[in-house]
Amino acid sequence: MEFIIIIIGAILVNNIVLAQFLGICPFLGVSNKISTAVGMSGAVVFVMTLATFVTFIIQEYLLNPFGLGFLQTISFILVIAALVQMVEIILKKIAPPLYQALGVFLPLITTNCAVLGVAIMVIQQNYNLVGGLVFTIATALGYGLALIIFAGLREQMELANIPKAMKGSPIALITAGILSLAFMGFAGLV
Amino acid sequence: MNQLQNFTKGLIKENPVFVLLLGMCPTLGVTTSAINGLGMGLATLFVLSLSNVIISLLKTLIPDKVRIPAFIVVIASLVTIVQMVMEAYVPSLYASLGLFIPLIVVNCIILGRAEAFASKNNVFSSFIDGLGMGLGFTLALTLLGATRELFGAYSIFGLKLIPTDGILVFVLAPGAFLALGLIIGIINSLKKTA
Repeated sequence: MEFIIIIIGAILVNNIVLAQFLGICPFLGVSNKISTAVGMSGAVVFVMTLATFVTFIIQEYLLNPFGLGFLQTISFILVIAALVQMVEIILKKIAPPLYQALGVFLPLITTNCAVLGVAIMVIQQNYNLVGGLVFTIATALGYGLALIIFAGLREQMELANIPKAMKGSPIALITAGILSLAFMGFAGLV
Repeated sequence: MNQLQNFTKGLIKENPVFVLLLGMCPTLGVTTSAINGLGMGLATLFVLSLSNVIISLLKTLIPDKVRIPAFIVVIASLVTIVQMVMEAYVPSLYASLGLFIPLIVVNCIILGRAEAFASKNNVFSSFIDGLGMGLGFTLALTLLGATRELFGAYSIFGLKLIPTDGILVFVLAPGAFLALGLIIGIINSLKKTA
């Protein structure tokens, strides 16, 4: 039951893009087509889960026992950057089809602040390892959901006749705003 | 390029937020009020100008292949300093900016300037570039924060203008997207008539 609340909360109520503003750059950058949005979502789920797992262990067994909490930011970002590189190399070797699908999105993920943001959030909100992982996966799915819905909207918008000054990023931001309004409807759910 | 141009390009022509659309997460996330926007802008300004200086000093020492991780270490150290200083001296601002302080590390403006400018130019120009870009970012965040506060709470920098509740949606999450989209739209249309 507890997990269901975490999952619904992370996917719908506190959606990481639309309510917490993390990972906006790729959200605006790769949302032109549904197919790229799906690829990016897959890569985010994969890397985010792995990153939370590794950073949680580092925090619990390395930073906390030695009182190195102030190194959190610096160690987490290095771990994530290294992890992304490693995932890229490993995928290329052992799972070429998966690499084909996710490969181009992997380098983009290091600069996706959602990954670092979730890793820090899991520590700040005192999850245990299992709860933290459930929270991370749900958050990543929420990211994917928002990204894919938004890509669908933008594909339709290509056909619309938009005032010149509003073309491109302004209308994309306003669409995101309306989508975010819609997601606010879930607020009473948890 | 002379230093004055170098400084002013970040303010208007290459404004990181309104023109280059970089650093969107803090831009949208913290600008619920003018003072939050200003605080975040200044924190980023500090990190950006110092990281530009340090990276420009180290540019001949850092091997090309590991430059990105090296940049990240420099930036992350500076962010940790900012984090500690803010927690000690402005705890309320630190609390309201929350998660977005450590996330300055992944602000693409900083890494972007390190890669595109500081690693190729001398220390003084890099400093000026960081200062200009940082001020442009601060300006954008303060403007967005002030707009949202003005409509959302009818106040500016905490000073109440009309003693009623504002249009709440501007302070909530959707308001960030709407306000930024409209501001960029207005800037685009002004640019065309100018």
